Amino acid sequence: MLKVSGLSLGYGATTVVEDFNIELGDSEVLTLVGPTGCGKTTILHALAGLVPIDSGEISLNSWHADANNLVPPEKRNVGMVFQDFALFPHLTVEENVSFKLSDPARASHWLDLLGMSDFRHKKPSTLSGGQKQRVALARTLAHQPALVLLDEPLSNLDAALKDSLRWEIKTALKTAGVAAIWVTHDQEEALSVGDRIGVLQDGKLIQLADPETCFSRPVNHFVAGFLGDASYIRGMLTNGAVKTEIGEISAVVAEGVQGEVDLMLRPDDMRLLLDSEASNGEILWARYEGATWLYGVALANGDSVQVRTSHEQKIESGQKVLLQLTSTHPLVAFGRD
Amino acid sequence: MTRWPGSYPLAFLVALLALLPVLVLFELAVDPSSELFSSRNLDLVSNTLLLLFFTVVGALLIGVPLALLTTYVRLPFSRIWLILLAAPLAMPSYIGAFTFYAAFGRGGEIQNLLGFATPSVNGLWGATLVMILYTYPFVLLTTRASLLSQDASQVNAARTLGMSLPMSLLRIALPRAVTGIAAGALLVALYTLSDFGTPAIMRLDTFTRMIYVEYNAFGLNQAAFLSLQLLAIAGLVLFLESRFSATPERPGRTLAIWPSSKQKILLALVLSPVIILSLVLPLAVFTLWLIREGSGGFDISYAWNSVHASLLAAIVAVLFALPVAHAATRGKIGRLFERVTYLGFGVPGIVMGTALVYVGLKLPVLYQTLALLVLAYVLRFVPLAVGAVRSTTEKLDNSLINAARVLGANRREAFRRVTLPLTMKGIVAGAALVFLEAMRELPATLLLAPTGFETLSTYLWRVYEAGYFGRAAIPGLLLVLMSGLGLALMLSGERRMDFASDGDTD
Repeated sequence: MLKVSGLSLGYGATTVVEDFNIELGDSEVLTLVGPTGCGKTTILHALAGLVPIDSGEISLNSWHADANNLVPPEKRNVGMVFQDFALFPHLTVEENVSFKLSDPARASHWLDLLGMSDFRHKKPSTLSGGQKQRVALARTLAHQPALVLLDEPLSNLDAALKDSLRWEIKTALKTAGVAAIWVTHDQEEALSVGDRIGVLQDGKLIQLADPETCFSRPVNHFVAGFLGDASYIRGMLTNGAVKTEIGEISAVVAEGVQGEVDLMLRPDDMRLLLDSEASNGEILWARYEGATWLYGVALANGDSVQVRTSHEQKIESGQKVLLQLTSTHPLVAFGRD
Repeated sequence: MTRWPGSYPLAFLVALLALLPVLVLFELAVDPSSELFSSRNLDLVSNTLLLLFFTVVGALLIGVPLALLTTYVRLPFSRIWLILLAAPLAMPSYIGAFTFYAAFGRGGEIQNLLGFATPSVNGLWGATLVMILYTYPFVLLTTRASLLSQDASQVNAARTLGMSLPMSLLRIALPRAVTGIAAGALLVALYTLSDFGTPAIMRLDTFTRMIYVEYNAFGLNQAAFLSLQLLAIAGLVLFLESRFSATPERPGRTLAIWPSSKQKILLALVLSPVIILSLVLPLAVFTLWLIREGSGGFDISYAWNSVHASLLAAIVAVLFALPVAHAATRGKIGRLFERVTYLGFGVPGIVMGTALVYVGLKLPVLYQTLALLVLAYVLRFVPLAVGAVRSTTEKLDNSLINAARVLGANRREAFRRVTLPLTMKGIVAGAALVFLEAMRELPATLLLAPTGFETLSTYLWRVYEAGYFGRAAIPGLLLVLMSGLGLALMLSGERRMDFASDGDTD
């Protein structure tokens, strides 16, 4: 079991990671997500022992490392899948996968499982991006690590490939029954593959929870906006509900928040009605997305929200509409300050 | 429609001039008394090749580990370490040979100063030691460039898979740097072959030393014959070098290793001897002489003569380089012209001297004139100017000039306001490189300087021959200073590359 407490490190005078704490179950997949430069890759390198840490402790099953006792990477039994795959160009696929293995059967096992056994005698340079990533994953898992670190494993691949490979990797990790930390800057990837998600901002872990919680109950505007489209409408909070332009909506708020709040709405929390007498908004713009339409809707008080509708509902800009809440769960509201 | 670019005729003339020394040597070497397989000639060949072999091996043994250290290990003051370790490259090795010769052995400066006798440094081993100390930076720099271009992730992958750091470097990092290492080794070989000062001072009979001996004994034909043999070996090395082409890697973040404080001290202890021998010792010896004997015998006109000849060489070299660099970016034939001008690089100074002495004998107008010496400098060092100018003209996109024209500038204005400012940096850098090289050149200067025209390097040589070592203080220190300036220029190119690989934490 991985246990990280108070991990901090930086390069020179700049702090890159600050007071990072995490505990990871034995076969849990945690996704770490955040914008470029938030320190996620650095955390992986620290866990693998590739960079020294300034303070804090890291322990995994048999070893324990801190700032004064840096366990070298080769002693950590931590596997890493690199953004650029890092296959050794002078070795064949099979030689790559059985790099430090005493038992080559394990290499064949994983090559079979990931559908790469036909390529075992090929050099990495002849493989496509997706094949390289499968080999890199096979190499990591064949070495039976106690923890797998994946550093943006899909960022160098085509969009079409990303979707299917995402599930292949997740399935392989679950088959191996190994704990994994998966770093990505793609929120959709983070939400779909993680058992839990950690959201990072400026080197700090600001929310750590299961995907649904992170998405529907983000701790602040940044998390809300980073994980998906978010619109806000103003309202007064009274007795656990917010009075807004589109009605009274039950809300969850952080402790101590009261008075005027920003209620967060996702585009699919609402629907648009056209043929009703009443209206509370006006279409500002329309974007066709194929399966859906995305509309910008202006409310009378000046707020504007984004609403996603089915592809069948086409509305012209400038049209008056009635905006209605369809979600039944309470929504998140942030204090205005 | 094929129109020759305007620079072609001029580039063609420069290329023709660059071929001159080789053609002259062929004519001169036709002499029935020369024998290829005489025992003396075989001695020369074996001495030259032994020096070559041991120097290359030694330079690899020092250069490759130092490249790994300076590239990957995060040492405090890493920039300074790198500069100090690369510095011997800028020093002419005869400075080292001279001071080693004077410092070691019975009655040497070390015995005078510290009271104990050290083994004398001369012959094959002496020459090898000095050559290694002044050529390993070739290997250091080319290997470093290869290592810098490698992304860290493969070594990191090997380590996370359970391989130790030294093994990962040996099995993952070095195999990918092999072209860089080989390029460095070939440069070492070429430098060793053409170096005159070190074997001459260490009294090792190599081709370069014997060419000088023959020249002094009025055996110009024999000197030319030896020169051709030396050129053949150098040509072979150059051919090998052209066979090596690096496969570019996707650039990425360079591996970083953070040593503990105990390891840092250990590393400093390992690095210091190289720096002490190659830099501190010559400086110390010259300084000692300066204190003991002052500026005795030195005349400031020697320095002015050096500056005068080198400045002329720099100006002419740049004028020659401009059409060649331009032609090289315009097409295949232009590149061929450029290749031919690179010939000068492979022609050792002593060989260039021999060839041009003969030209002087044939064309009395040139005999014993400064022009002939300047021509020798230009032919040897014009590749440096071509390289520097080309690196800037290459970046000069035609669309920039087109943009200027479209904005309403005529051809002349576009040249003045776009082309010239953008290439000026290369022109100045090229001129400076040629100037500094010419300031330190010894063998061609010895052969071609007009009677009474003493330069810093020839004066140093006379001092050595006469045995009044102490008088070398001022010219020696001035030459070291020139070397320092050359180094600063050389490293300013690498620095930009270095910074690009730092930083970037995520």
